[in-house]
Amino acid sequence: MMSNMRTMFDLNQIDSQGGRVDTSNQGPLSAAVNAIEVRNLNFYYGAFQGLKKINLDIEQGKVTAFIGPSGCGKSTLLRTMNRMYDLYPGQRAEGEINFYGQNILEPGQDLNLLRSRVGMVFQKPTPFPMSIYENIAFGVRLYEKLSRSEMDERVEWALNKAALWNEVKDKLNQSGLSLSGGQQQRLCIARGVAVKPSVILLDEPTSALDPISTGKVEELIHELKADYTIAIVTHNMQQAARVSDYTAYMYLGSLIEYGKTDEIFIKPKRKETEDYITGRFG
Amino acid sequence: MNKATNINPEVFARRKRANKIGLTLSMSAMGLGMIFLFWILSVLMIKGFSSVDLALFTQSTPAPGSDGGGLANAIVGSLLLVACCTLISTPVGVLAGLYLSEYGDRSKVAAVTRFVTDIMLSAPSIVIGLFVYAFVVAQVRHFSGWAGTVALALIAVPVVVRTTENMLRLVPGSLREAAYALGTPKWKVAFYITLRAAKSGVMTGILLALARVSGETAPLLFTALNNQFFSTNMNAPMANLPVVIFQFAMSPYDNWVDLAWGGALLITFAVLGLNILARVVFRDKAQG
Repeated sequence: MMSNMRTMFDLNQIDSQGGRVDTSNQGPLSAAVNAIEVRNLNFYYGAFQGLKKINLDIEQGKVTAFIGPSGCGKSTLLRTMNRMYDLYPGQRAEGEINFYGQNILEPGQDLNLLRSRVGMVFQKPTPFPMSIYENIAFGVRLYEKLSRSEMDERVEWALNKAALWNEVKDKLNQSGLSLSGGQQQRLCIARGVAVKPSVILLDEPTSALDPISTGKVEELIHELKADYTIAIVTHNMQQAARVSDYTAYMYLGSLIEYGKTDEIFIKPKRKETEDYITGRFG
Repeated sequence: MNKATNINPEVFARRKRANKIGLTLSMSAMGLGMIFLFWILSVLMIKGFSSVDLALFTQSTPAPGSDGGGLANAIVGSLLLVACCTLISTPVGVLAGLYLSEYGDRSKVAAVTRFVTDIMLSAPSIVIGLFVYAFVVAQVRHFSGWAGTVALALIAVPVVVRTTENMLRLVPGSLREAAYALGTPKWKVAFYITLRAAKSGVMTGILLALARVSGETAPLLFTALNNQFFSTNMNAPMANLPVVIFQFAMSPYDNWVDLAWGGALLITFAVLGLNILARVVFRDKAQG
């Protein structure tokens, strides 16, 4: 909650009524505070339309999972929320994505500031070519000026959050690349958590990990929920059921069904969703 | 034909024959190359080592007709020239490579830069020497170490540019994305993440460029020229190993010819050392 308050304070152009009640759709979500509201979002890779008229809300302090077959636009949707697509010419988005009331698709946004508020962890672990300590401190230094001891505390805090501290506390000066795959991924999560964003986007964070590391990351997601809003893309249906509060099923660039995870998995409203979840399709 | 194979024995025999011929040809080609390489190296070793003594490193090049002497002035001169060349070509080459890979990418400017760099890579070094002669030496009206440095840097820069660009392109895009995802500004991604990830490859490129320029003679003939005396003044003509070898090897004095062999051996070992160093640097990276 604190971090979200800070977000509103930092991005002072954002209207403080950011969590306004949305009545246009998605009944079950309308009473809560929304960190991100997507409205009529279309996304294009050149001439190809990757997302079609997406409308959904991501509730603050909850885990929202995106499921669907490969190429359905889950990752694409996630990458619009921190405007990652901006790195590539030819990709563009239309519509609105309101981050606490501020439409981040409007021109003139400070993308670096946005990305420091909406963090992202990728499918493959990507430790920076520097020590474990520096991997965490790098992002923190971008927007905060901390003393040596404050930075030490922050690094320990972030590594603890990612359940990695006990494994690396004696080798903070070793290269981040020397860790195992699972540890590297948790290091990347710690790195994202360390800058204290308000939203964390996880793009298939466990698809390259073994079951034990996956378990650790999932525990971590549970724990992070208290302070952060989380959106996760996953191919693993059980994972979506285990970690998320809300689930969105996407197919061919469209949002087919969106609602409470329990409802989606137990009594989906749409036939397509049921087919996908039960494994009859996809 | 038995059941174990359905290969036509004639086709099989023909294939084996073709294999033998191909293997013989490639082995003999390799053998030819190796014979000349070892011939050169052995002559160099025999003639070079006989002239290596303490005086080679402590005394300067002898005057015509006088005995003994060494290459101290040429060794120090070569080291100075190459060191200054490194100081110029490293920042210029690395920054240009960074531009090509991270900023210019597919722009017109980048395409032109790449084209010109490729031409410069294969430009005869004597042309570069002549260019520096016309635009530096002829303007200030004297040969100088600086002119030699400029000529060497012009040869080294394109090598550094292209290796830097290629090494940066090997850095996976996911690493850049991860850095951007933290809110890192572009220049910080380029310098602190991408360049750092490609560090050992870039260093290898710099070392190989140095290995290339440390044996260059033609561009120094017109620029640094030579100096019979010990001098560290970069603004005056400067002794250097390649030009000393060039002049002494063709001289009528036995001690000069011996010194030329000694100098050739030194350069060869220096270049060999640089190449080995480059390999070690690159291998360390591969092991993480």
